[in-house]
Amino acid sequence: MLLIPCPFCGARAQTEFVFERSVDSVVALDATPEAAMAALFTRTNPRGPDDEIWRHTYGCRAWMIVTRHRVTHVISAVRPVGPVALP
Amino acid sequence: MSRYSAFGLLRGALNGQKHWQPAWRDAEPKAHYDIIVIGGGGHGLATAYYLAKVHGLRNIAVLEKGWIGGGNTGRNTTIVRSNYRLQPLHDLFEFGLKMWHNLSDELNYNVMFSPRGAMLLGHSDADMVRLAERGDALRCDGIDAELMTRDAVAKLEPLLDVSRSARFPIEGALIQRRGGTARHDAVAWGYARAADSLGVDIIQKCEVTGFVRDGDAVVGVETTRGRIGAGRTGICVAGNSGHVAGLAGLRLPIESQTLQAMVTEGVKPMINSVIMSQSLHCYISQSDKGGIVFGGDPDNWPSYAQRGNPMVMEGAVAQGLALVPALSRLRMVRTWSGVTDMSCDGAPIIGATPVPNLYLNGGWCYGGFKATPASGWTYAHTLATGQPHALNAPFALDRFERGATIDETGTGPMPCSR
Repeated sequence: MLLIPCPFCGARAQTEFVFERSVDSVVALDATPEAAMAALFTRTNPRGPDDEIWRHTYGCRAWMIVTRHRVTHVISAVRPVGPVALP
Repeated sequence: MSRYSAFGLLRGALNGQKHWQPAWRDAEPKAHYDIIVIGGGGHGLATAYYLAKVHGLRNIAVLEKGWIGGGNTGRNTTIVRSNYRLQPLHDLFEFGLKMWHNLSDELNYNVMFSPRGAMLLGHSDADMVRLAERGDALRCDGIDAELMTRDAVAKLEPLLDVSRSARFPIEGALIQRRGGTARHDAVAWGYARAADSLGVDIIQKCEVTGFVRDGDAVVGVETTRGRIGAGRTGICVAGNSGHVAGLAGLRLPIESQTLQAMVTEGVKPMINSVIMSQSLHCYISQSDKGGIVFGGDPDNWPSYAQRGNPMVMEGAVAQGLALVPALSRLRMVRTWSGVTDMSCDGAPIIGATPVPNLYLNGGWCYGGFKATPASGWTYAHTLATGQPHALNAPFALDRFERGATIDETGTGPMPCSR
């Protein structure tokens, strides 16, 4: 099980979080049909680090981008996203 | 290679069983093969076997990064069935199920296929309607499916909690009596021995680290044991498809996730069939050695680590105990996990890629073992002829951009079962 450092609550057990999707599968609002297609149906799926969207659903409910290694599961960075992260 | 037989065993008894030979050669890689299959699991070995047996090709290699059958072939819950709702799926799996029934004879190797019945439980009226609809779809195509009442379920599996106070009440089931289980390791070893005897080189501890290109086309592979040339190259590494295809610059409709399974201590026969609940996502069977084999949901987040997560394990066990309360007395002796290729519609991908000479067999989600013979048969056809077999034509890689997905569970474009 992962220990995920929430930017607002500190390190919390994975049971409080929900994995949403990898960042490369977010369809941009102005995406071309080809880019939308690639985001919807394909994944980089690296055997290494990747950026993922997680939500602290059973905690502060904030969204965040977690950079996590897909083999070792080591989390190297977490940054908040959404309205709280806007300037 | 000598055939295995009862007579050979008897003759061996007279000379201390000293006649046994290695079941396959430990081959050294040659400089060039007509066809290279990357991945020495059940699917890859079956592909090589049918390439040699059906298509008469001899210059074939199977490259395996570890040892054969050490990936998902050795990590699944060994369930074999063909009761899928959508036609392309049940056509492919039914073709395979028919092959399972004489696979031991075909390979001259006992794969211990046991058609003990694969039963999908229904927990509500809506479940029973859904199962009846699926049964109708199957029977329209001549595949056996039988709707069972709660009493019939209780008679087949006396230890299931069919009481009204059960946590997950059981209303009935849909059973496929020709389904069952098989010995997973024996499937890999049987195909390996049979392929080897037809001249296929099985090269273990040989990881592919890159592709050799001539323009766009793939003309060989770089491996940890040197460069090997190839006419056609077939990726057959479900679980690691994203990684290997990535070496050729491809992005696939696949995300790798962990799927766990576990087994209890061995006990006398107590589970007679394969009990599955797709509303809960729990499946229980008893191995011939006596252990109760459990499986559950995949961990719904991406990972290439072949290790599990106690959250998901707890969920699968809780469901199993609610269905069969007597299991609470057993000790769990082993848990393990494999890496599954979760595809964006829940169906496999078998066919050509945009890269000339490079083919893909992957995306099996959590249901590849049962397809081993059919997967090998259709992939061998595809690799030998360059064209898909009628059975795997619907499973082309470009079906997503054509809008022709095969979405059995209706989950949409997400590589998981949420």
